[in-house]
Amino acid sequence: MKKLESTWYNMAIVLTVISVVAGAALAYVNEMTKGPIAEIQQRNEAQAIKAVLCDENAVVTDTIEGEAGVVVYLTDNGAAIKTVDPQNGSFSGGLTVMVGLNKEFQVLGYTVLVSNETPGLGAKASEWFQKGNKGDIIGKRAGQLATTKDNGDVDAITASTITSRSFLRAVNNAYAEYAKVITPGVAADVHTSATSQNH
Amino acid sequence: MNHLKVLWNGIIKENPTFVLLLGMCPTLGTTSSALNGMSMGLATMAVLIFSNLIISLIKNLVPDMVRIPAFIVVIASLVTILQMCIKAFAPEIDKSLGLFIPLIVVNCIILGRAEAFAAKNGPIASIFDGIGMGLGFTLGLTLLGAVRELLGTGKVFSLTLFPDNYGALVFVLAPGAFIALGYLIAIVNKLKK
Amino acid sequence: MSNRLIVSLSPHVHSGDSVQKNMYGVCLALVPALIASLYFFGLGAAVVLITSIVSCVMFEWLISKFILKREKLSILDGSAILTGLLLGFNLPSNLPIWIVVVGALVAIGIGKMTFGGLGQNPFNPALVGRVFLLISFPAQMTTWPVSGTVGYVDAQTGATPLSLMKWAIQSGDASVLNDMPSALSLAIGQHGGSLGEVSAILLLLGCLFMIWRKIITWHIPVSILGTVALLSGLLHYGVSDVYADPASVLCSGGLMLGACFMATDYVTSPMVAKGQIIYGVCIGLLTIIIRNWGSYPEGMSFAILIMNAFTPLINTYCKPRRFGEVIRKEAKK
Repeated sequence: MKKLESTWYNMAIVLTVISVVAGAALAYVNEMTKGPIAEIQQRNEAQAIKAVLCDENAVVTDTIEGEAGVVVYLTDNGAAIKTVDPQNGSFSGGLTVMVGLNKEFQVLGYTVLVSNETPGLGAKASEWFQKGNKGDIIGKRAGQLATTKDNGDVDAITASTITSRSFLRAVNNAYAEYAKVITPGVAADVHTSATSQNH
Repeated sequence: MNHLKVLWNGIIKENPTFVLLLGMCPTLGTTSSALNGMSMGLATMAVLIFSNLIISLIKNLVPDMVRIPAFIVVIASLVTILQMCIKAFAPEIDKSLGLFIPLIVVNCIILGRAEAFAAKNGPIASIFDGIGMGLGFTLGLTLLGAVRELLGTGKVFSLTLFPDNYGALVFVLAPGAFIALGYLIAIVNKLKK
Repeated sequence: MSNRLIVSLSPHVHSGDSVQKNMYGVCLALVPALIASLYFFGLGAAVVLITSIVSCVMFEWLISKFILKREKLSILDGSAILTGLLLGFNLPSNLPIWIVVVGALVAIGIGKMTFGGLGQNPFNPALVGRVFLLISFPAQMTTWPVSGTVGYVDAQTGATPLSLMKWAIQSGDASVLNDMPSALSLAIGQHGGSLGEVSAILLLLGCLFMIWRKIITWHIPVSILGTVALLSGLLHYGVSDVYADPASVLCSGGLMLGACFMATDYVTSPMVAKGQIIYGVCIGLLTIIIRNWGSYPEGMSFAILIMNAFTPLINTYCKPRRFGEVIRKEAKK
């Protein structure tokens, strides 16, 4: 077959046909994958909530949006709280953490959702404070968490005291927001600033 | 043309990563581990095979003056389809490579092979070229990923060879990608002599 | 050095200068700071420095002999010893030995020999080693013993003035800076840090010695220190007091070591005075930017490496004057 000539008519027709065929193919695949993608996204969020609550059957009963991007996902046995450090005093960019608290405000679990910390230093926050690791905060009561350097009982990440403090402020902030939700009107007694006691 | 020769050409003689140095963005960006490198290589290969096939089929229908936009539409559609499929059926890969999948569109290997090979050869040969180039790319990315993962974390394909503490973190980050790639190219050149 | 003849611009006047003489001159200039670091950090400093020097020389020998298969070996021209010394100065004294050896391998192997050895390397080898280690082993590289705690393993560690400065900026709380040692004690060396970061005054002394012996010219150190002083002064007095005062900025971290000994490396800095001043000002600017707003506390080493990359470009526009050029112009008049 001889190659089509580059006339205006040919070019317009060919491009239109290719675009239409490509568009149709995309539409078809989109239709086909829409369901599974939405399902996965939902499952991811639900899984993150279940993971930090350490409860496979956790069901979110209510979602309350707090200040500055904080979201409280209430369940029957506690809450998963998407939280940030209110002072934004991390080393770079800021941390967003999902924290699971039970009704006694004990930390059930956490996962770091967004982190721009330095790799090998502050970025270790995603493992450092987990159960069995050096800075284990699981089971501790949120609200007054502070590093050992600030007379608290949590070991800070090696060479990353600043990130550690920021992380703990975020966890304490989760408590503050959660406390506001379950005991409205009572001003939460919280040290969101783990550092202010020092100065 | 001898199909095996086309295949061989892509894997060794004109290896896209070590010889042609095409598609450096995904090469450097996605190879933080052997698995990531391999997934990216395979994803690119899938696009490459189909884009080569389709382009060699439509090459006579497309007037010369609009061939680039026509090829790009084909490639972009294929990549988008691939992206949606990965999101839907392989969410784990999507998590680590999600950002880079759309970049396959502008990966010079794809358009390069479309122009240099598929637009001049028949569909069967083009498929072989796609497989060869794709395998060559996958090989390069997997090797680079394995080296970086090993030096950076002491693992290869998540199999621990030495403790994490002894890994040089720089290899998992961007500068390590450049350093490792430079030395791999040097070694490949030395071996080829 | 390679046995090929290196042709540079004429004239070739020989004043008894040689690679060896200059390299050992720099080493001599580092001696006061060396003694200070041994005094403040004790055994750990000695272990790190000796390991670093020995492994740098050893890797240079191994690579030239077995990989490059050179006949004339270059290990005694002093450049490997100097690289080892400078690398050691850039490390904390409690760093595990194997990390020091890795740093030496990277400095000599990647930073120097890959490009063909002394004179061919675009980047300062010791800094390549340091930055490689800093990014690879950030926890070990930024855990400093507080000076005065003599011992190798269980030295007490503490936050350096640099992390305090960064923290003050991030939290917007100037009171953090109250924890900092005074500029005077920073200058003398009573604070945590790498070996060569301890005593700004002694480093400056070494620098003056090198200028006096004409090993280096004043342009690079002065333009770096001047830019840093000016910018940190502007930030501290003009913008906000969360930025540390210029005296502390100048005396802390690797600034003095970098400005006097690392940035002035012949191979990787511009050739003429004008180029050297451009180079120095840019290093000062980058250091301030990275220190204040980057994700690592110390910006000096990154700044020097970045400007090393620009050195060929600067050299293109700031060429040494050709011999006879001035005379011809004058003759025209």
